[in-house]
Amino acid sequence: MIPASFAYHAPQSVAEAVSLLEQHGDEAKILAGGHSLLPALKLRLSQPGVLIDISRIGELQGIHVGSSIEIGAGATYAAVAGHAGVRSGCAVLAECVEQIGDIQVRNRGTVGGALAHADPAADLPAVLLALGGSVSAQGPGGSRTIAADDLFVEMLTTALEPNEVVTKVTVPALGKGEGAAYSKLKHPASRYAIVGVAAYVKLAADGSVAAARIAVTGAGPKAERQSAAEAALVGSAGDDAAVAAAAAAAGDDMEYLGDIHASEDYRRAMVKVYTRRAVAAALSRARA
Amino acid sequence: MAYATMIGAKVRRKEDPRLITGSGTYVGDLKLPGMQHVAFVRSPYPHATIGHIDISAALARPGVTAVVPGRDLLDAYEPLPIGSGGEGGTSGSVSRPHSHYAISIDRVRHTGEIVAAVIATSPEVAVDAVADVIVDWQPLPAIVDMEQAASPDAPRLFDSLPSNVDHVWECNVGDVAGAFASADRIVKQRMANQRLAGVSMEGRAVVALPDYTTDGLTVWTSTQAPHLSRGSLAKTLRMHENQIRVIAPEVGGGFGIKIGVYPEDVALAALARIHRIPLRWVETRVEHMLATTHGRAQIAEYEAAVKADGTITALRVRITADIGAYPVAPDIPDLTGKMLVGVYHIPAADVQISCVFTNTTPVAAYRGAGRPEAAYYIERLVDVIAADLGLDPADVRRRNFIPPAAFPYRTVVDTLYDSGEYDRALSKALMISDYAGLRAEQVRRRAAHAAGEPVSLLGIGMATYVEMCGFGPYESASVRVEPTGTVTVMTGISPHGQGTGTTFAQIVADQLGADFEQIIVKHGDTATTPMGQGTMGSRSLAVGGAALVRAVAKVREKASRVAAHLLEAAPDDIVLEAGRYQVRGVPDRHLSLIEIADRAYSDDLPDDIDPGLEAVDFFKPPELIYPFGAHVAVVEIEPDTGQVRVHSYFTVDDCGPRISPVIVAGQVHGGLAQGIAQALFEEVVYDSNGQLLSGSLMDYTIPRADDLPNFTLDKTETPTPHNPLGVKGIGEAATIGSTPAITNAVVDALAHLGVRHLDIPLRSERIWRALQNRKESQ
Ligand SMILES: Cc1cc2nc3c(=O)[nH]c(=O)nc-3n(C[C@H](O)[C@H](O)[C@H](O)COP(=O)(O)OP(=O)(O)OC[C@H]3O[C@@H](n4cnc5c(N)ncnc54)[C@H](O)[C@@H]3O)c2cc1C
Repeated sequence: MIPASFAYHAPQSVAEAVSLLEQHGDEAKILAGGHSLLPALKLRLSQPGVLIDISRIGELQGIHVGSSIEIGAGATYAAVAGHAGVRSGCAVLAECVEQIGDIQVRNRGTVGGALAHADPAADLPAVLLALGGSVSAQGPGGSRTIAADDLFVEMLTTALEPNEVVTKVTVPALGKGEGAAYSKLKHPASRYAIVGVAAYVKLAADGSVAAARIAVTGAGPKAERQSAAEAALVGSAGDDAAVAAAAAAAGDDMEYLGDIHASEDYRRAMVKVYTRRAVAAALSRARA
Repeated sequence: MAYATMIGAKVRRKEDPRLITGSGTYVGDLKLPGMQHVAFVRSPYPHATIGHIDISAALARPGVTAVVPGRDLLDAYEPLPIGSGGEGGTSGSVSRPHSHYAISIDRVRHTGEIVAAVIATSPEVAVDAVADVIVDWQPLPAIVDMEQAASPDAPRLFDSLPSNVDHVWECNVGDVAGAFASADRIVKQRMANQRLAGVSMEGRAVVALPDYTTDGLTVWTSTQAPHLSRGSLAKTLRMHENQIRVIAPEVGGGFGIKIGVYPEDVALAALARIHRIPLRWVETRVEHMLATTHGRAQIAEYEAAVKADGTITALRVRITADIGAYPVAPDIPDLTGKMLVGVYHIPAADVQISCVFTNTTPVAAYRGAGRPEAAYYIERLVDVIAADLGLDPADVRRRNFIPPAAFPYRTVVDTLYDSGEYDRALSKALMISDYAGLRAEQVRRRAAHAAGEPVSLLGIGMATYVEMCGFGPYESASVRVEPTGTVTVMTGISPHGQGTGTTFAQIVADQLGADFEQIIVKHGDTATTPMGQGTMGSRSLAVGGAALVRAVAKVREKASRVAAHLLEAAPDDIVLEAGRYQVRGVPDRHLSLIEIADRAYSDDLPDDIDPGLEAVDFFKPPELIYPFGAHVAVVEIEPDTGQVRVHSYFTVDDCGPRISPVIVAGQVHGGLAQGIAQALFEEVVYDSNGQLLSGSLMDYTIPRADDLPNFTLDKTETPTPHNPLGVKGIGEAATIGSTPAITNAVVDALAHLGVRHLDIPLRSERIWRALQNRKESQ
């Protein structure tokens, strides 16, 4: 498994990376953890002439926890899972990335890479959607913020421009009355998500559900919010009946993809099962 | 050295330090001066005519030495040998008119088939140049479905054959019609053994180096059988065997897929001779999935005539076996026939096994090769019979077991079992698993599930297997004691992960009085080892170990004569006791092997004793041997998703006496992982056009540590009379027992919901559907 030959650059700053992207245009690709890109290169599904390795850029590494949590795009899953502030402020992130791949993948793969790549079976996109997070991207014209809801356009396609670099990922730190959970049916071979469901809930003072966001990944071509399921939850008491109603409403108007391990029908059914699990877990965390 | 008995001792593997520290040398690690690299142009079509091959762009690429379509090599070799990838000593039959060249000409019959080779100065350039070769393909209709392959209007693979049927194995013995006519019940079940890939950790790899001393070649290849490989290479390349040296250095797993000679071996050998440079090819994982032989791939229809008490009086069996595009190991399905009745006394059987060609990768040996299929069918069938009759599956097994007094026992399909005590193994397995307690827990869970509680369903499965192994025709060993008392063993077998070097050293330590730490076992080099067969079919210890015992006996006899001379005793009075050669009855008159070896190479020997202390010997197994055992699997199923978790697993394997319990346990662990994976995970899938859908490990599910529970291993010990150690094989046993045990457990978990059989692999979706169907029919 040998990739086609390419030129290699290892810029020291985001600005340098952006200008290299500008310079090489369509020929160039950002290389982060390499755990999606390198397999594609080795299978020769992708043959970029230039790789711009951003893994040595210090400004992409940090994790800051305040009223929101800002994670450098170059932070690895292992760094996120091991960060005390993330674990206390937004445990669902750790819960999600700990289910990605294996130890080697978690030591190399980055949050920025996962979101920029937008693999239909990747785990993080669902969590970013459910948390109402955003990514920051830097291009030749400066920086902008893209809300999660606007990020995932279609299979392997995001709202990022080819000359933009994701610099950070921002999610809220969850407070009292808020809870989130990620629940995943693993693909037996790849361990990506056959179905992954992320749920976020916010309870009102009276214990009813004030807000809910539910997102599904794995089942179809892109990660998607489940507005019908959210609607079934909001305003309810968040009891078993409401959870069941949300689960029943999930996944109905979505496009599905099937493979030899899981057909579209099975995935449709599993979206409901895992929505129930994720919502129930998010509610119990919000009440804790 | 404090004396310890090594046979039966729990010793650490001698092989592990070098393997764990990455110090072993594999074919892909070799770097020879002037070596160039080969990459292959492979067919993207399952069936096509090869038109014009345009090599000009590839040749023009800097670093490319040659681009070689098949036609350019027609003078260099014969077509590939037929039947070289088998396991049962049936290799090399030449009765079939069809084969293909290492680099195909005119036509390809499966995706991944080679049509041209590129030689280049680096692997990168070779791979780039492959993409430059333009082949004018004319696709032909392909046949992928094995059951349709035999039909008259199916696309045909070989114009010289009247159909896609290679051969039909048949057996019709006993009063089958009578048994069916008088049966209380006829139980029918259709079952499939899905196609599997070997997925050894190390793929295949070849380095071929011209050898000017023999006007021949040295070929390093990742093989289980270097001598067989040399023989096939010599025959194919029209050379003499002594012109070729085949070396299997460290080999990272084989499981049967590395027995026969492959097109890449022959192509590299031929090209190295023509171009007079060393050449290397290292398989990629995608090539492995496409072009390394697969295993299993059968569909079976079983019918049993049974009495109300569960006694099986006859079987009627029709099996279709897919042998893929070429007859690499066409006789493996015959082994399914030979093991058809398993551990049961079944007096009548009517069997037909049709072996058919399809436009898929050839099917050859894979851990168990033909026997796991048989064990799966009969062990599943017994469970179906038990379910149909409302009997406990253990009782139905006991009702039909071949009793211990019946051995040696000739089955209705003419297989001669050596020894067995099947109920002893089953009873022990049921005891250690607390079968009664498990059944009680199952009743509790079913009630809770019916009451709507969120519990997982518990399934308990058993399998009582027997398998056939220790294939001939012979095996060899040489034993040399060096002047300082160290011992070097050369064996004809070719271990590739089994740790046989450790087991053999244990035998030599005890039977020669040598220091275990100072024994080195060498293998895998035709220039230094005696003629041998290799490692396959669970034969290393039973056949290779037996040869070793004979060679050791010769050396011991010589050592005793030297000792007798030095101790001034009669040779018959010298006994090897507690590691010392001593005069019988006089424990303080003794010599160590070191002292004896020192003398054996000195000029201080009497005239009637020749110098030296070494011997070579061979062992020809008089009969095949039949290890057996009983497994109990416990699974849990999540009702809303259909996901299976293996809760616990119990084995009672009987491989006769255990020389190296740690290595036996390792073989059982690995075997269980693979057998469980056939039941739950693995499947090579082609679409109806012949394109491989499971072409990488992203789609082909191999088992991982967290898929498996801790295993509980136990044993019974029933020696075989057919070799001096009394040992049977253990390399394939656990694979053979575990696929039916797990499947029986999964079906058992769902039995109360009306599920009678599910095909493997038991993917979550398959189980979920069975549960949905049940819900809908309520
Ligand atoms: C064996 C294995 C198992 C895996 N299992 C899972 C799993 O269970 N769940 C899961 O979600 N994923 C899984 N993955 C994928 C893994 O999470 C990848 O690491 C991730 O998809 C991509 O992140 P990366 O840092 O490796 O990016 P790379 O592979 O380096 O890049 C991926 C793509 O994103 C672009 N890119 C990367 N960073 C940026 C950036 N900062 N700005 C703009 N573009 C960028 C690249 O140009 C490229 O196109 C698995 C991968 C492997 C190899």
